[in-house]
Amino acid sequence: MKKKTVLLVSVIAMLGIFAAAAWWFQSRQSERIGTIATEHSSTLVPDHAMRVGPKGARVVLVEFFDPACETCASFHRPVKELIAAHPDKVLHVLRYAPFHHGSEVPVKILEAARRQNKYWETLELLFFSQRRWTSHHKVKSELIWPLLPDIGLDVERIRTDMRDPALDALIKQDLADAATLGIRKTPGFLVNGKPLPSFGLKQLKDLIESEIEANY
Amino acid sequence: MESEELDTNWLILFGAWLLTSVAALGSLFFSEVMDFAPCSLCWYQRIFMYPLVLVLGVGLMPVDGKPFDGKVVRYGLPLAVGGWLMALYHTLLYEGFIPESAAPCSQGVSCSEDYIELLGFLSIPMLSLLAFTAIVMSLLLLRKRINS
Repeated sequence: MKKKTVLLVSVIAMLGIFAAAAWWFQSRQSERIGTIATEHSSTLVPDHAMRVGPKGARVVLVEFFDPACETCASFHRPVKELIAAHPDKVLHVLRYAPFHHGSEVPVKILEAARRQNKYWETLELLFFSQRRWTSHHKVKSELIWPLLPDIGLDVERIRTDMRDPALDALIKQDLADAATLGIRKTPGFLVNGKPLPSFGLKQLKDLIESEIEANY
Repeated sequence: MESEELDTNWLILFGAWLLTSVAALGSLFFSEVMDFAPCSLCWYQRIFMYPLVLVLGVGLMPVDGKPFDGKVVRYGLPLAVGGWLMALYHTLLYEGFIPESAAPCSQGVSCSEDYIELLGFLSIPMLSLLAFTAIVMSLLLLRKRINS
């Protein structure tokens, strides 16, 4: 009996230590990100970042995404509805974490479209047609181009604007900030600098609602 | 012979099992809690390490009136040696003794990407090598003690 007790106690102890360490690590991590968010707010929302929503909103949702990421595409509509459910209260900040091979191209197309005031339309076009221009997690950017005139984009201007080295700097900055903020998967959400306790739409909804509760 | 006491052989096996469990949970902590993506070589080492938790764990149970199953070395040692070889290769690669271009992991996460260095020098591949070394030694010691 004694040996079985030793085994059982060891299993329980190890699992307990694991759970406690995971909990400790996660709370320390969110504390760290919270400090960065308050002390270096430009890491969270730099001047170059695309913002959607009212300027004075007291709840800021920062989303790090990759145009080629399937989960980002499937989250697009529900997140939009989530924000629309609280008009004038949530500012949506869109940032890039192009982790997929070749994702810099659609990111640059998006930023170039922004200069034609067609950011949102292009984003939705890219997400909704994603299956047509990605295969096996690789971007086939040549398949994006024929889609662009449909939403009234000046494709020639996109091609010129895409060559702007400022876009490379922007992507580099977003990737660096993502690393600083502990974003290693997309979509990565931060609500007022707080990461989700665990990934999921429900968790995002709860966090946004609790932040609205606390700030309004 | 009464087998309820914690004899030395059982303790050696128990130590090895404890080590595999800590290594398995530790690797899960790195990937699932700290979000370090495991590279392909890490996966091969996991393939050897994870079954050891169950193989050695089952071996620790009393069987046929004996305090534990001495045959466990037969089944555990090949896994431990396989993992040890992978860990050795990975450590050499990580420390730069083997060029990365000769490695089967050009895509995804680089096998020489450094995530963490405990005490300033202990990398994850090195931890793996140390764990597999200790497990192999424990099992060899156990075999020697059982045979004599």
